[in-house]
Amino acid sequence: MDSLLQAFIFLSAGVVAVPIASRLGLGSVLGYLIAGVLIGPFALNLLHDATQLMHFAEFGVVMMLFLIGLELQPSLLWRMRFPILGMGGLQMALTTAAITGIAMYFNQPWQTALAIGLILSLSSTALALQILAEKKLMNASSGKSSFAVLLFQDIAVIPIIAILPLLAITAPLTNVDTANIAAVVTADAHSSGGGNLIAHLPGWQQTIIVVMAVVSIILAGRFLTRPLFRFIADSKLRELFTATALMLVIGIALLMTTVGLSPALGAFTAGVVMADSEYRHELEANIDPFKALLLGLFFISVGASIDFALLGSKPIVIMEIVLGLVALKFIILLFLAKLFKIPGGGSYWFSFSLAQGGEFGFVLLASTLENRILHKETIDILTAAIALSMVLTPLLILFNEKFVIPRFKEDKSTTTADEEPMEEQDNPVIIAGFGRYGQIVGRLLIGNDIPVTVLDHSATHIERVRRFGFKVYYGDAGREDLLHTAGADKAKVLVIAVDDREKAKSILKMAKHSYPHLLVHIRAYDAMHYHELKSEGADFISRELFLSSLSMGEKTLQALGMRAYKAKRQARQFAVHDQKTTDRLGEHISDNKRYISESRHAQEEVLNILRGDRMSYRTSEDHSWDATGHE
Amino acid sequence: MNRILILFAHPALEKSKVQISLLKAAQSVDGVTIHDLYELYPDGLIDVVYEQDALTEHDIILFQHPFYWYSAPAMLKEWQDLVLEYGFAYGASGNALRGKTLANIISAGGSKNSYSTHGHNRYSIIDLLRPFDQTANLCGMNYLPPFAVHRTHDMPKEKIEMYAELYRQLLWKLQRDLPSEETLASLRYLNDWVQS
Repeated sequence: MDSLLQAFIFLSAGVVAVPIASRLGLGSVLGYLIAGVLIGPFALNLLHDATQLMHFAEFGVVMMLFLIGLELQPSLLWRMRFPILGMGGLQMALTTAAITGIAMYFNQPWQTALAIGLILSLSSTALALQILAEKKLMNASSGKSSFAVLLFQDIAVIPIIAILPLLAITAPLTNVDTANIAAVVTADAHSSGGGNLIAHLPGWQQTIIVVMAVVSIILAGRFLTRPLFRFIADSKLRELFTATALMLVIGIALLMTTVGLSPALGAFTAGVVMADSEYRHELEANIDPFKALLLGLFFISVGASIDFALLGSKPIVIMEIVLGLVALKFIILLFLAKLFKIPGGGSYWFSFSLAQGGEFGFVLLASTLENRILHKETIDILTAAIALSMVLTPLLILFNEKFVIPRFKEDKSTTTADEEPMEEQDNPVIIAGFGRYGQIVGRLLIGNDIPVTVLDHSATHIERVRRFGFKVYYGDAGREDLLHTAGADKAKVLVIAVDDREKAKSILKMAKHSYPHLLVHIRAYDAMHYHELKSEGADFISRELFLSSLSMGEKTLQALGMRAYKAKRQARQFAVHDQKTTDRLGEHISDNKRYISESRHAQEEVLNILRGDRMSYRTSEDHSWDATGHE
Repeated sequence: MNRILILFAHPALEKSKVQISLLKAAQSVDGVTIHDLYELYPDGLIDVVYEQDALTEHDIILFQHPFYWYSAPAMLKEWQDLVLEYGFAYGASGNALRGKTLANIISAGGSKNSYSTHGHNRYSIIDLLRPFDQTANLCGMNYLPPFAVHRTHDMPKEKIEMYAELYRQLLWKLQRDLPSEETLASLRYLNDWVQS
């Protein structure tokens, strides 16, 4: 009951605060943070244990990293190598060096100073990407650059975690102490009940185990997930797929926790490994709602965990650290933005959105406690500083939007909206259903160098056509979220080629409702279906067997001795005549209010068509090239 | 021996009397290649490479068609537009047709006399065929006067047969010979050359 009550409190805090914050133009992140502060121990005090909650909600970050990994096919990663290595590398190097220098100036030993520098150089992926996505900047160069930097940081966490134990200046705690501290501080100790099992090992052994764990994830992701998903997909139970996806992410998190690694990194690696998988879109669609909820929860818990008592006792020091951190990061980021020529206002979006400490900072701080790299007091202060810097970000973004960006408005060419779109992973055509019908459509398009995103929910189908180099994704095109992930908001045409008439209709309805700009070309089962689809607003409807039957008729006429060109014209004329007949009957259907059973109607229709055929052949006798004037 | 290629264009051969007879006559002559364009390409998608190869392998090209609106049926125009490519038929390196011979084999509803300054068609057949003449010229081909069947619409069967036979003789003669320069100077119809 109690946990339900807690869940209710979170949800209602979010449901109340986030829409208000969005309405006020503050953005959802600030909304969640405010909600967190409000229900936190220093306001309404409705929470039992904000820290524990944060650890639970950090799982949202794990899922986010998994999803980010899924978006990053190795090829895309390769194309982004220069911004990632250049901008990301420089950002980390400069920020770490600056912070390390400052810490050493305040008489910290170099190991401690370096640890602080590394930890604070990270920004918040969750926060920055959420904000950039909300401002629709992910495709702008500011969004691309931010993503590159964040990605470098996320990757850099792996070596940082491996290096941190080597920075310890005193002997590690005993096993028991470690377990205690882990229970208090690490996210995953709670969710897994396990905790770090290798913390007692020497640093170099830990490093080896960490590397082995990552390698095992890569190998398993590459070779085991596809047969697993195929097996699950064949069961045709959607909830089972969701369960498998969650199981996968949680399993990775557990494994990573066991070896003392950040579960988020494991999830990211697994995501990248599976980015080429045909089940990618379905995975995304399944994980995304959980991620969004948990991230909301994460932001709430960040808000709730701000230690106002500590803040009250050392307001000056903490505020100095927060402002110093944000200012330092901002300056370095702005310098990078100029160096890498992010145009106009984009450089400020980039700099403001990344100028904060990150959620990985919390995780790393926890591990520094385990490894006795930092003092408990320092960790508390830094944790508070990171949380506050995260609260500051949405405010700075607001400031940027209201006061900085307007100054760039005059120069049209530098506004974010005009910037070139991100790497073309958003294909202009989506084909739903890749059986015999969809494949022909796809082959014609691909033959004309038009990239196509293909969705199909038959695993055996996918397996077969993938061998021929088609990019086919497993999934049910009838799900709005999946269609969205397939890029429906950017695509020009959706080709619905599924053979199930009701399914086709429901996809059409959903697509027309959610993506009014999208042209929908659809395969109709028969004339009746054709009328239904027409009334639902399909842009082009093709009756599935019509052209095939027509060409059969044409060839038969030819076999009986009719000249090829005449047979062709007869077939074409028949098609025109048939279209007219069909449309006329369609009007009749909409006029006729009373219910006629479908089969009865179809029967009647056939008779009408046959009657019409004979009449039309009497009237539309072909007078072309009659030998009157000329030969 | 001259190799003859006939590019035959008739969109509704089933309604034709004259052209079908002429076609049958051509089919009866050994060594004559016939491309029945409307039968080969009912959807208008002409196989350009196949057509160009055929041109390369023949010496005399004949456009056989009804004289629709003082020209050829649409498919034969399409054929010219697609097959007589720059770099193949004309242009600096386009000399695949150089030295070959072109002529039109036509059937027309109007009488011989109607195709004159005083007739209702106002121009002679030769004048009206100028676009073909110049096409041949641009491709470096020799253009011959046409073989024509006039007043086709009410032509009795025997007369059609007579023309078919004349056409057969023309093809036979063309395989072995071409009109001389002097003959060409005064020749208005290939019909007259066969009979000479």
